[in-house]
Amino acid sequence: MKRPTKRATLTFGIILVGLHVVVGLLSLVWLPYDPTGMTGGRLSPPSWEHWAGTDRLGRDFFTQVMIGSRIALIVGTGAVLIGAIIGVTLGLLAAFASKLLDDALAATLDILIAFPTLLIAMLVVAASDTASLFSAILAIGIALSAIVARLTRILAKRVLLLDYITAARTSGASWPAIVVEHILPNIAPTLMVNFALQFGLAVIAEASLSYLGLGAPPPNASWGRLLQEAQGTVYTAPIGAIAPGLALVSLAIGVNRLADGLRDRFDPSRRGRA
Amino acid sequence: MLTYLLRRLVILILSLFLAAVVLFVLLRLLPGDPANALLGVGATAEQIEAARAQIGSDQPLIVQFGSFIGNLARFDLGASFVSRAGVLEEIGNRMSVTLPLTIIGFLLAIAIALPLGIVAAVKSHRWYGAAISIVSQLGIAIPVFWLGILLVTVFAINLRIFPSGGFPLKGWANFGEAATAMVLPALTVALVIAASLIRYVRAATLDVLGSDYIRTARVLGASFPEALVRHGIRNGAVPVVSILGIELATTFLGAVVVEKVYALPGLGSMLLLAIQQRDYPNVQGVLFISTLLVLLIGFAADLLQRFIDPRLRGRRSEP
Repeated sequence: MKRPTKRATLTFGIILVGLHVVVGLLSLVWLPYDPTGMTGGRLSPPSWEHWAGTDRLGRDFFTQVMIGSRIALIVGTGAVLIGAIIGVTLGLLAAFASKLLDDALAATLDILIAFPTLLIAMLVVAASDTASLFSAILAIGIALSAIVARLTRILAKRVLLLDYITAARTSGASWPAIVVEHILPNIAPTLMVNFALQFGLAVIAEASLSYLGLGAPPPNASWGRLLQEAQGTVYTAPIGAIAPGLALVSLAIGVNRLADGLRDRFDPSRRGRA
Repeated sequence: MLTYLLRRLVILILSLFLAAVVLFVLLRLLPGDPANALLGVGATAEQIEAARAQIGSDQPLIVQFGSFIGNLARFDLGASFVSRAGVLEEIGNRMSVTLPLTIIGFLLAIAIALPLGIVAAVKSHRWYGAAISIVSQLGIAIPVFWLGILLVTVFAINLRIFPSGGFPLKGWANFGEAATAMVLPALTVALVIAASLIRYVRAATLDVLGSDYIRTARVLGASFPEALVRHGIRNGAVPVVSILGIELATTFLGAVVVEKVYALPGLGSMLLLAIQQRDYPNVQGVLFISTLLVLLIGFAADLLQRFIDPRLRGRRSEP
């Protein structure tokens, strides 16, 4: 069996993620049915009218899975943004800081990474009075930031050792200028790959929170909540427990493939590898 | 080795302290006074005062923090606001579900991942070698709770082989029923962990296969399996052991979610219930003990790794 080529990996990832982006954007302007309205019989099986059947209140399930795409993209983007802003800032600070501060930051990051992310996220979500999408995004973003910070620190330190940084320094460039002109462009490719992986983790984490009942309430329901609701009716309407899961897995695989494809594209030394 | 042990022990204690600080800060961020959880809606001002004094939430923050840390250090986790039961005792009861689930799931995951990961590497040019890799890629994209729902649908609802959830009231005293109740949850956790473990085992095996020492052993006349067993296992084990620590922690957290799928009365359901009921001592206790376990697992994995790999012993710590 021939392994898929690297280009095929990237294309496959782009197609899967692109599909979710299109559906997510489409859900903003058009939905097949009113997501809160009773549009058919309760728990009806898939049909031409209802591609994924209806839920126990007679709401169209496909409509809700479409909204789920939008929610997942918002969660992934938001959490990665928060994680990136906090993480990259902290990581750069650590890379530039004095030995003592760097050691302290590095140790703190290691400890934070050891924390059970989901448990901390549960607590943060519980801390906000009403569970909202934002509290989940914030919690996951904070959890991701420690991982991003550690990676940024290691990457930046590696670049800082290179000769052209010394050259730039001797030619009178300020440290902020060096960060913007040399460090960020150098570490960006690796960070982007990591962000893509974190995106997938964030989507799964939010779905888990929602499944546990700590996510956003309907109608902004994520796939996790859809699955939780469908679990109760899995005997009469198994499609409800399958469709949101397939959507979730396809997005997670999509971003993973995308990350793999990007890594090979950015890093020529890996091109030959299996 | 001893210096390393001491260093690592200091880090462990610092980590625990930091975990306690995070817990304290987050719990103070919770809306409203914890005392409210003790009282009904129509509580008078005096009752609220009394409740606050009872919990200590009328004290200055620094005093609260001091007694919080002091209590944790003595493993005094207090009593539930709702049931009045001792938190540590309740956690102990719940562990009789969560711990077996974690351990069985973890061992099962290793039993699945080791052979499959090695086959995926050794036979990477065959269709089944590649198929194992692809399936394991798929596995890491599947959330543990969805896999649980799927397994329930197939094995409990359609085939009716195993119960769809629940745990006997008498617990392990009713061994047969308790064991059958464990099968699907353990399998769920195991499959998800195995999927990610296979990738590490495969990568470690590929490294070993491409190494010079295996080639040398072959040149010296050892058969391929012989070279692999004599030289490959110890070398390949080093990266796998370090990842096993992380995976065991992940298994434990996965078990917490899986308990919800199968309605098991473990630590996860205790935490969820406590969050819903704003039962602060329980929330705090479960989170503290969980973090403690995760940190201890990391500690043990680091030590084990040093033990297996003599090359690491001279080094102070990772860069």
